[in-house]
Amino acid sequence: MAYVAVKGGTIAIEESIKRLKYERLRKREILSVKEIEAGMRGLIDQVMSESSLYSEELAAISIKQGEGNPEESVFLLRAYRSTLPRKHYSRVVNSEDMIVERRISASFKDIPGGQTLGSSYDYTHRLIDFDLINEKIEDALEWLERFEMETDEKKDNVHGGKMPKVLDYLRSEGLVLDCRENNKEPKDVTKKSIEFPTERSERLQVLTRGQTGSVTTLGYAALRGYGALHPTVGELRIGNLPIYVDNPLNDSKDDEDSFYIGEIRVTEVETLIPIPIEKERGKTELEFEIGYGMCYGQNETKAIAMSILDYCLETGNPKYSTHDEEFVLLHIDSVEATGFISHLKLPHYVTFQSKLDSVRKTKKGE
Amino acid sequence: MTTRYNFAFFDEGSKREIRRATLKAIAIPGYQVPFASREMPIARGWGTGGLQLTLSLVGKEDVIKIIDQGSDESVNAVNIKKLVTKTTGIQETHNTTEATIIQSRHRIPEIPLKEGQILVLQVPIPEPLRYVEPSEYITKRLHADKEYSGAWLMLFEQIMKYGNMSTGADHPVSVNERYVMAPSPIPRFDNGKMNSSNALILLGAGREKKIYAIPPYTKVVSLAFEDYPFEVESFEDKRCRICGGKAVFMDELIDEKTGEKYYQCNDSSYCLEKLKSELSA
Repeated sequence: MAYVAVKGGTIAIEESIKRLKYERLRKREILSVKEIEAGMRGLIDQVMSESSLYSEELAAISIKQGEGNPEESVFLLRAYRSTLPRKHYSRVVNSEDMIVERRISASFKDIPGGQTLGSSYDYTHRLIDFDLINEKIEDALEWLERFEMETDEKKDNVHGGKMPKVLDYLRSEGLVLDCRENNKEPKDVTKKSIEFPTERSERLQVLTRGQTGSVTTLGYAALRGYGALHPTVGELRIGNLPIYVDNPLNDSKDDEDSFYIGEIRVTEVETLIPIPIEKERGKTELEFEIGYGMCYGQNETKAIAMSILDYCLETGNPKYSTHDEEFVLLHIDSVEATGFISHLKLPHYVTFQSKLDSVRKTKKGE
Repeated sequence: MTTRYNFAFFDEGSKREIRRATLKAIAIPGYQVPFASREMPIARGWGTGGLQLTLSLVGKEDVIKIIDQGSDESVNAVNIKKLVTKTTGIQETHNTTEATIIQSRHRIPEIPLKEGQILVLQVPIPEPLRYVEPSEYITKRLHADKEYSGAWLMLFEQIMKYGNMSTGADHPVSVNERYVMAPSPIPRFDNGKMNSSNALILLGAGREKKIYAIPPYTKVVSLAFEDYPFEVESFEDKRCRICGGKAVFMDELIDEKTGEKYYQCNDSSYCLEKLKSELSA
C-alpha cells in the first residue's frame, strides 16, 4: 500500500516535490530563461507548436521548469493557455505575405524567385562539434560581427521579403487544379470539442498542435506502407508572417484601420501528390493533389508529415488507419496521450479489487 | 512576467461555458454532452474532467471533499485538493456530510449523500460502447437509435466465456430508461447508490471532452439478465480490521509481518468517522 496509506499522502507529496527541485539544482548551475531563449530555438519551436501558444518567453520559462522535457513544457503552456480569455481574433493571414528566410522546392529546380536555403541542419554532417565545449563568448561575438558585415554587403543580391508561391506556377501551367479560397469561419477545437466527421479547419488545427513525434510517425507510416502515396515537397517555406487585428473600437473591418500586433515565425509546406484521374473511355490522367502543413517555428519534419496526413484524412481511404480521422486526430495530442498513459501510475486499488472479485468468481465456477 | 490566476483558475467565460454543458447534461440524464475541455494544470487522465466541473461550480461558500479510490489522502486526491484550495481559498473537509461538492475518483462514499450535495465523478472512458465499437461517430449514432445490443452482447459473451458477468468496475447502467451509461470505474458495489440518489451526480471526462449527469431521484439500473442478475463484489463475512465495519467496500491487504490477508474499509473517512463515534460513545 505504498502511496495510498490512510494518512500521510500530503507529506509524501511535499517531499517528492522537494526532490524534484533538488534534481533541477543539484549540479549547482542555474539555466537562465534568456539563455534558453537564445540557445534552444529547436526546443522552443517544438514546444510552442505543440502548445499552440506563440510566446518564446513563456516557452523558455516552461522549458526551464520542465528541465527541458518537451512533454512537461507543453503541458505547462497548455494549462496556462486555458486561463487566457480570447480577446481578439486576427484578420485572415495570407502566407504569400511571408517574409521568407528559407524556401525550397523538391519538385522544381528553377522556381520563380529561386531556392533560398536559409538556415538548416540538412546540409551539415552530424559530427559532434567538440569545440562547443569551450566556446567563448568573445569568439562568438567576433564571429557574429564578421557574419553580419558579410550579409550586409551581400544584401542587394539576396532574396528577402515576399516570394511567389511555387504552386501558383503549377496552377498557371494547368498541372494543379485551381481551388477557390475558402474563407468560411474556421471551427476551433479548443472552443467546441471535436465531432465526427470533422471539417478541414478542425483537422488542420489538431494536426498542427500534434505531438511532433506522433505526427512524424503517422506521416511516415502513410508514406512507407499504410497509405499508398508518394508525395513530393512542392514548396517548403519558413519565415515571418505579420498578424493584424481589426480595430476593436469600431466595426469597420477595414484594412487601413487594422492594427499590426506582431509577427509569428512559421513553417509552411505544400506537398504534391500524383493521383490518377479516370477520364472518358477508360483513359486515366495523372493530376496533382495537394497536402498542406503549417506549424509554429521551424518544424520542417512535422510540417511535411502534417501535409501528408492532411491529404490522407481528406481522402479517407478505409484501408489504412492513417486515413481514419478518429484514429489520427484523437491520438496525436501530446497532453492527451501522455496524460492518459501516465494515469496508469495512479492507484487502481478499487478497480483492481473489483476485477479480482470477478476473476475469483470465474474460478469458482470451474 | 508575473501572472495571477482568476478565482477557481478559469476565466469566467470558460466557467460559464462548462456550466452550460452541465445544465444540458442534467436535462438529458445519461447523455454525454461534448464540451470544450480545457487543458488543466493536472494531467489528462488524472481527473481533469471532474476538476473542470468542480472549478466551474465552486463558489466562495462551498466546502470541498476530494477522494481518490476511497481515500482523502491518496496522492492524486491531495494534489487536486491543493489546486482547488490554492485557486479558490475555500474550505476543505474529509467529512462526507459537511461537503457541498465531493469530487471522487472511482468511489461513491459509504455515507449516504444528501439533497443539495453534488457528487463529481472523474471519468476515463465515458463511452459504455467503446469496447465494442472504437468509432465515436458510430457510437453516437447507436445512442441516438437506442441501439444497445453491443452492450448486452458484451455481457452475454462474458457469461458464455466465464460463467458470469466479469465486468469489474464500470459495469454499464441504464439511466432513466433511455441512455446506457458508463458509471465511471466505480465498483459494481457502488452502482446501486446511483439509483434515485438524493444528491446530483455529475460525471466529467476531460480527455474525452464529455460531461454527463444523473439528476437527483433518477432511475438507474445496472444492466443484467433475468437469469443472471447483477451481482456486486462480495465482502460477506469480511470485517474491517480497524473499525470492525461490515457491508462496505473493502481493501484487501497483506500484513507485512505475518503475511496474512486482512481487510480494511476502502472509504477512509467512513472508517475514521466510525472510529470517532465509537470512541466518543
